[in-house]
Amino acid sequence: MDLRFTDEEQAFRLEVRSFIDAQLPPATRDRMIAGLGPTKAMTVDWQQKLNARGWAVPHWAVAWGGQPWSAIKRFILSEELQAAPAPAPLGFNVAMCGPVIIAFGTEAQKRRFLPRMANLDDWWCQGFSEPGAGSDLASLRCAARREGDSYVVNGQKTWTTLAQHADWIFLLVRTDPDNPKAQEGISFLLVDMRSPGITVRPIVTIDGGQEVNEVFFDEVKVPVENLVGSENRGWDCAKFLLSNERTGQARVGASKERLRRLRTLAAAAPGNRGTMLIDDIRFRTRLTEVEVQLKALEMTTLRVLADENRQLKERKPNPASSVLKIRGTEIQQAISELYVMAAGPYGLASAADHSDGLPEWTELAQATYFNWRKQSIYGGSNEIQKNIMAKAFLGL
Amino acid sequence: MDFDLTEEQAQLKDSVARLLKERYGFEARRAIMVTAPGFSRDLWASYAGIGLLGLPFTADDGGFDGGPAGVMLVSELMGGALALEPWLATVVLGGGLLRHGGSAQQRAALLPGVIEGRSLLAFAHTEAQSRYDLADCATSAREQAGGWLIDGDKRVVLHGAAADFVFVTARTAGSRHDPAGISVFMVPADTAGVQRRAYTASDGTQAADLRFDQVGVAADALIGTIGEGLRLAERVIDEAIAALAAEAVGAMQAALDLTLDYLRTRKQFGRPIGSFQALQHRTADMMVAIEGARSMAILAAMVASEEDAATRRRQMRAVKIEIGRAARFVGQQAIQLHGGIGMTMEYAVGHYFKRLTAIDTQFGDADHHLGLLAAEGGLLDAA
Repeated sequence: MDLRFTDEEQAFRLEVRSFIDAQLPPATRDRMIAGLGPTKAMTVDWQQKLNARGWAVPHWAVAWGGQPWSAIKRFILSEELQAAPAPAPLGFNVAMCGPVIIAFGTEAQKRRFLPRMANLDDWWCQGFSEPGAGSDLASLRCAARREGDSYVVNGQKTWTTLAQHADWIFLLVRTDPDNPKAQEGISFLLVDMRSPGITVRPIVTIDGGQEVNEVFFDEVKVPVENLVGSENRGWDCAKFLLSNERTGQARVGASKERLRRLRTLAAAAPGNRGTMLIDDIRFRTRLTEVEVQLKALEMTTLRVLADENRQLKERKPNPASSVLKIRGTEIQQAISELYVMAAGPYGLASAADHSDGLPEWTELAQATYFNWRKQSIYGGSNEIQKNIMAKAFLGL
Repeated sequence: MDFDLTEEQAQLKDSVARLLKERYGFEARRAIMVTAPGFSRDLWASYAGIGLLGLPFTADDGGFDGGPAGVMLVSELMGGALALEPWLATVVLGGGLLRHGGSAQQRAALLPGVIEGRSLLAFAHTEAQSRYDLADCATSAREQAGGWLIDGDKRVVLHGAAADFVFVTARTAGSRHDPAGISVFMVPADTAGVQRRAYTASDGTQAADLRFDQVGVAADALIGTIGEGLRLAERVIDEAIAALAAEAVGAMQAALDLTLDYLRTRKQFGRPIGSFQALQHRTADMMVAIEGARSMAILAAMVASEEDAATRRRQMRAVKIEIGRAARFVGQQAIQLHGGIGMTMEYAVGHYFKRLTAIDTQFGDADHHLGLLAAEGGLLDAA
């Protein structure tokens, strides 16, 4: 047991920091610090810079641009990116679809899609959820029927994040409607978003943002070569994809950055009777309590990462891994609540109704809080995570 | 970064686990608890036999260089077994005072007895008015010819009655709340003027109230530097918090395991109650709390040897906050999920609940440390 970062790991951390300092455009960093998400152009530009350095997809197979790194080293990279703060490589490309193609795709699919995915030449989005298939994903109904060398897709997806930017969508479709086992009639398809018959309709969320969409498929033709894995075995790809990114969901580096910034903001924000907010003992105590929870989450993340080799060898996830999504999202939501508290009455002046006399962060606080309620819902709601834990780890 | 046990650590863990499994069944524990002295001297000798009592000490002191990681492993197992022996009082607290404050002569005089299981130690610091404030010390030590004269009262001294040597904090300068001017003295328990009232604490462990009435000790009874006893006490209590954190993890995991067994076997409405989602989610919440606590126990072992006191203190407060919250939550859920049977003395889970409750209240509860950590500027620096 040696619970320190090695000299090599520490040196790598410094290397990442100086790369970010030299390469991250100030406009991108400023937007990230303000708590506004990066624009599409900023995300693309930054991922291409990372990719040029070999750091966009370090967790991929080395043959496809990955790095022979330990999980801890990958964690250091992502933590530093979050701490900067810099845009993350696009999750749909690097964490979701890419690994599925590497694990289940043909050589031709790998050659065609992976390099463009890593370089964000193609922006991917995820077509899983449907109006009638949320937590019960396997009940999905969007269907594909085989016609010659094509599948013809009909149906609807929803909550499709950033579909308005997307060039491609990876899709779960029902290819065997007669199979009584819902999971066994599903296939995993790659679909060009420019295909005739696709309509994207934005959904405005309670924060006023246009982040998610409905996507409609009306007789959309997809070449058979875009099937990943075997027909009707798409559920294997889906399960693989969903189990892949638990440590990423903890977002420890990002939460640290938000908390550090909040300390700075609270030192300059009004508190009670002429004091500063940071001097308010109740606010300070709440802030500190979340910092403590984040410390525990950070240690849990490191435990899961350091245990990666055993998990891969024995094909058994570390029980602590299921904790990461639940605690990671609870902590992020708690942080967004702290920003609302910190902004106080000024939080009512939302960014949509710009008020010149107030700092930008106060105007964003409530919108972010509203938006981040999604975190305990997406990626398998936290209640679904608890169902999984009860079965997989607690033997109930 | 490597969380795996070394071969030595794995062997240590195995041998302690085996010993406790053989000797610490629920009935055996109950018998130990109700028979004077309220812990097993027999087991204590066995601990000495497998080297536990020398674990944190250096080879130069006759110990085994087990370090904080070794203490963590053993404490976690002790927590799982609800062991009643004075591991914390003698090895972690008393031993810690000697490791960090004892001169070579003092260590040579006392440690062989500790390591071989012949001597028990206790640390007397809490007073009737001090609550968790270590700087609040009304007990006094006045210099007199050839030594010191100690006067004062100490409360809930862990294993204070069985201890052969008591380490006591006493004021050698300053006023009641002064951080400076506190010193630590080693008092043989049979010294004239030491009165001890023993009792079984709420969690089944042994404690005592101690009165020092004009207790004379020699000049070499002083442990560490005169007037700087608070720093020494804080250092050792940080190590005790690390040990308690691991003990809590062992106790919480055992309470969860008992609860899961119960949910799998207890039937109502024609099926095991563990099939009900409302109860499943509570167990998942327990697991979330335990994994966080486990992470913090590991953090505690990491920072226990940190020399910078302020850095160590902040991290250790974080540990105790998370451990205290988790211990309370897991204990309460374990009782609730057992229903009525969890309320009975004859069933093990209630005893875990009681120990977990006690752990939160030892060396500062979650709110105490949270208040201080918040005042000290929290864990993260502003950016």
